[in-house]
Amino acid sequence: MKIDNALQVRVWRGGKNGYWSEYAVEARDNQTVLDVVTEIQRKFEPSLAYRFACRVGVCGSCAMTVNGQPRWTCRTHVRRVIHDELLTIEPLRNLPRIKDLVCDLEPFIQTWQRAGAIFQGQTTRNDRPQKVNPESSSRKLADSALQCINCAVCYSACDVVYWNRRYIGPAALNRVWTLLNDERHTAQQETFNKAFSRDGCGSCHSHGNCTRYCPVELSPANSIAGLKKLAFISVKNGK
Amino acid sequence: MNEQTLFVVQRISAAILIPFVLVHLGLILVAVEGGLSANEILSRTHGNFIWLLFYGLFVVAAAIHAPIGIRNILREWTKLDWRMINGLAMVLCAILLILGMSAVIAVF
Repeated sequence: MKIDNALQVRVWRGGKNGYWSEYAVEARDNQTVLDVVTEIQRKFEPSLAYRFACRVGVCGSCAMTVNGQPRWTCRTHVRRVIHDELLTIEPLRNLPRIKDLVCDLEPFIQTWQRAGAIFQGQTTRNDRPQKVNPESSSRKLADSALQCINCAVCYSACDVVYWNRRYIGPAALNRVWTLLNDERHTAQQETFNKAFSRDGCGSCHSHGNCTRYCPVELSPANSIAGLKKLAFISVKNGK
Repeated sequence: MNEQTLFVVQRISAAILIPFVLVHLGLILVAVEGGLSANEILSRTHGNFIWLLFYGLFVVAAAIHAPIGIRNILREWTKLDWRMINGLAMVLCAILLILGMSAVIAVF
């Protein structure tokens, strides 16, 4: 099929030892990278594996590497990332490749456990929800780190994770920062100790790739800087 | 020593090293002005407690700072386990301390 005004799209097929496949996809005025992937699957390659769910930048499942950079593909317009009329799409970096554009997120999800980024409250379901004063200094500190969509873009963008896969990485450390500024979280010291264990937040080089690529404009780099400052004054119990 | 302590110690030693390195570099520039000779250096350092203290602290700060950094680099760039990495870092610390201190004492 000959298409006028076509985009050249190079897509990764297979797992670790895969190959590139090229497709010509019709260029449209309003077209996201996820639209392009869907079009390829529907028109040319029914067996193409990729992840998506909400298509509106909420669920964080469609992240891929587009022209070498990690992106949420549902909110990335082709015209903003296309280079020399070519679009290359491959799975996220730093995670094992399963098939085509799908990578195994397990190592990424495990970083939450390792970082101690798990909320522990002191109330039960029979108690009333605890109130958090939105004007308190700790709540304000947590503000800029909330609402992560767990897309793994920062984990994929992080060069330290690339060098050392055992490094906890920016997403989980960002979550730790919100917990340490959450007055309801009871395991403050435990969370801090885990986040500052070997291959923890002390390994960060402050490159800032996490912040640069975060699609929802959080700043894991700032959160990690906050954790590093806490290392000096040590963590306050029951903060 | 846990990671948190190592992290803090490395930052503090870095802060100490900044003025030391600047003074050291300045001294090199001044010292070579009229040609450099062993006599000139020794005349400055011989029996001088200020330079003994300055370079003594300089050596200690460097011997603390560098091995912690090397430890991180080895973790990132090699597949060595922590025991090996910590061992190598301690060896580097010992080498820096011995060589540095013997030089400082030799010119005193």
